[in-house]
Amino acid sequence: MVKSGTIILNTAARFLMPLQLLFSVFLLLRGHDEPGGGFIAGLVAAGAFTLYLFAFGVSATKEVLRMVDPRDLIGVGLLLGMVSVVPAWFMGQPFLTAQWWTVPVIDFKASTPLIFDIGVYFAVLGSVTGMVMTLMEVDKDEP
Amino acid sequence: MIQFAVLMGFVLAALSPVLNRWFGQRTSLFLALFPAALTVWLLLQAPEVLENGRLLFEWQWVPSLGISLSFLLDGLSLLFGLLITVMGACVLVYAGGYLKNHPDLPRFHFALVAFMVSMLGLVLADGLFTLFIFWELTSITSYLLIGFNHADINARKSARQGLFVTVAGGLALMAGLLLLGIASGSWSLADILSQEADLREHALYTPMLICLLLGAFTKSAQFPFHFWLPNAMAAPTPVSAYLHSATMVKAGIYLLARLHPELGGTALWVGILSVVGATTMLVGAFLAIHHTNIKKLLAYSTIMALGTLTMLLGIGTEYAMTAFVTFLLAHSLYKGALFMVAGILDHETGTKDVTQMGGLRSVMPLTATIAMVAALSLAGAPPLIGFIGKELMLESVLGADSFQTLLVLFAFFASVLTIAVAFIVALRPFFGKRHHTPSEPHEAPNSMLIGPALLALGSLLLGLLPSVLGANALLTAAATSISGQTIEVALSLWYGVNVALIMSIISIGFGFLLFKRWDSVRAKLSILAPIMRHGPEAGYESMMNGIVQFSEWQTRLLQNGYMRNYILVMLVTLIALIGNSILLRHSPMFTFELDVRFHEVVVAGTMAMGALFATTTRSRLGAVVSVGVMGFSIALIFILFSAPDLAITQLLVETLTVILLVLVLFRLPRFSNLSTNLERIRDGSVAAMVGILICLLIMTAWSIQQFEPISTYMIENSAPLAHGRNIVNVILVDYRALDTLGEMFVLALAAIGVIAMLKLRQGESRHGEGSSGKSETSSKVAKEPYDG
Repeated sequence: MVKSGTIILNTAARFLMPLQLLFSVFLLLRGHDEPGGGFIAGLVAAGAFTLYLFAFGVSATKEVLRMVDPRDLIGVGLLLGMVSVVPAWFMGQPFLTAQWWTVPVIDFKASTPLIFDIGVYFAVLGSVTGMVMTLMEVDKDEP
Repeated sequence: MIQFAVLMGFVLAALSPVLNRWFGQRTSLFLALFPAALTVWLLLQAPEVLENGRLLFEWQWVPSLGISLSFLLDGLSLLFGLLITVMGACVLVYAGGYLKNHPDLPRFHFALVAFMVSMLGLVLADGLFTLFIFWELTSITSYLLIGFNHADINARKSARQGLFVTVAGGLALMAGLLLLGIASGSWSLADILSQEADLREHALYTPMLICLLLGAFTKSAQFPFHFWLPNAMAAPTPVSAYLHSATMVKAGIYLLARLHPELGGTALWVGILSVVGATTMLVGAFLAIHHTNIKKLLAYSTIMALGTLTMLLGIGTEYAMTAFVTFLLAHSLYKGALFMVAGILDHETGTKDVTQMGGLRSVMPLTATIAMVAALSLAGAPPLIGFIGKELMLESVLGADSFQTLLVLFAFFASVLTIAVAFIVALRPFFGKRHHTPSEPHEAPNSMLIGPALLALGSLLLGLLPSVLGANALLTAAATSISGQTIEVALSLWYGVNVALIMSIISIGFGFLLFKRWDSVRAKLSILAPIMRHGPEAGYESMMNGIVQFSEWQTRLLQNGYMRNYILVMLVTLIALIGNSILLRHSPMFTFELDVRFHEVVVAGTMAMGALFATTTRSRLGAVVSVGVMGFSIALIFILFSAPDLAITQLLVETLTVILLVLVLFRLPRFSNLSTNLERIRDGSVAAMVGILICLLIMTAWSIQQFEPISTYMIENSAPLAHGRNIVNVILVDYRALDTLGEMFVLALAAIGVIAMLKLRQGESRHGEGSSGKSETSSKVAKEPYDG
């Protein structure tokens, strides 16, 4: 039986979670050039939610997640992964050929690998959070 | 584009539920327009085929693998194509009456149209792969159709049997086609048929031929694989008329005929085909008269016909080729008609047993006439096409180069028996005194009469005027493409008084005698029943039972639900495979340079300590933590060797693993010592061996460079081609994105599986049942999905 956290854990989780999530997005976006990437970022984000779960329990975490079910995140991740395949198809190039576009004003390089990486991010985040959450949920029901 | 038209058939099949809603009872008629249109198209192509010999409709499918969806239209495929489309239209119309108001009619239409398209694709295919795919599709659709009455256990069993036998043959066929492709160097039938090189001389000829023959013999119900065909009579009668007499069972025959110019004529070919064909012919005809079920009678006589066709291909003379095409056409016409008549009788009287019927001539005169004409053709009586087919068959048997005596004897007895069957089918239900039948018989509705009437009329017309409708030209083209040389077919009813004619007349006499004494003969034959029980079907049954027993045994052994057992099995397999390749096939060799720093020794020591502690501790939490220590040490090593990405991943995965393990640990029963000492020694030695072997493997792999490392390419091109400086990430999302995509799906599936299992358990415990003894489920959950 996992008990909800102590005051230190609670306070730490409250402040750390947004930071961790922000960090995960940072890792995700820099991933192509510097250490990081969708998988690592997804794990960091999952870690953030896990910490929150430990501190405040399942129902509080569900509130933080609002309407989003982790299982839906898995679906979103897979969908993005599949969507990133499509542009190459339209260009008549081999399957999964990377496409790059530059957004003019902010000089941001958008690409299918980025979409793909975001897909990985969501798939990992959804899978891990879903598993941990379900485990804790089942735990709660045990006598 | 014809490929498009044929593939559209699948769309049409899929639409059949919608069509049923729109057209109601007329759906069958509407769907029959599709084969009718294809018939017209085939007929329009006919003049060109007859002139040029071969038409190729090319359409690339997977060009990089040489796989095309090209269609080949020559005399042989034209003949088969016409049979399929004409019969298809007749059967669809007939089925509309036979299955009128049946609630599952859309399902029937779907499977039947899908079968028709598959069969058409099979006979038109030019590529070997295309041929194989359509071949398997016919097996699958046939399975669906045999098992149409899926509430009936017999139907299900027969469907499964048909599927197993034909698909097992399909596997052999695949091997045969691959060998054919390798031997000939081409995957296109048109190329293979027109190339100079003689495949008969090729080293692969014998294995290739045996594999191909296995495929063809199972599909075409040759002895000893014939038993599935009579059982397939569990299908609705339109299916029997279409698949199991006129089309699908002839797919094997088609394949043999198709490959005859390239592979035929050797001693092996002649020997196997004529002996197996003749045996099938006799066995089929002999087994037929055991049965009183009209569909079984016809099914066994179909086996006889299939045997005859195989035998004719085996004989391989010019005469045999003419006989082959004529017999093929004749058989499809009369057997299709007879099956439809059988369906009418079943439909109207409510029984399939011919001994229960009698005197129906007065109530259903049209059916009786059709049955009579078709049965006369089956018996080989003039002036029907069946007569010409049988004359030619006997003539070619008499002219056979090898096994002549055997073939003549078999052919003679088979025709006597077949004639008896023809009399039974045509006379028994319609003459004699009226029997009481389960339902009051009436003349069949028009929709059920049109099909058989057309086919019977065809038998009669082609017999009287063989040159009408260009039949001679069509058969000439077909015979030519089977033999590879030009064969002129000029059918006629009268070839003069010869041995074949005399044999025919004698066999009709004997056949009639046999028919007269059928009841007493059947009683005498029942003595044979104990022997019959040990036929090939018993072999099939015991083989299937053996497979089930074996899989039960190995499931109990390998997948008994204990986590420790799964791990043991996996590790022992790993030891066997790695041990085999490292120790036996390559000697373990490695250059060993001891060049370590102090901090590396410390990290390695920490890992070793963690491992030791994890195996010896009696506290679960302690074990989890010490495994965690090992994981973090590995991360440290990654950092020391400047792989930050791996280190971060390792750290995160390790953290989450520990969290998941801790969550799971609370659910396990109390720690206790259940293993015996012997088991501990076993587990210990397996673990040690895995450790040592993996260590050896890494060191060996490190010192052997079999290929140029691809890392240089990846490093060089990462920035210019993939616009990224983090090579690990570029590999994951660009170079090897397909792998990552697959892994994403694996991860997602694993997560969904875990969630589903846990929720399931939650639901169970809510219902207040069994919260104990389920610990195995949770321990399986502890599997952590790792990403690459």
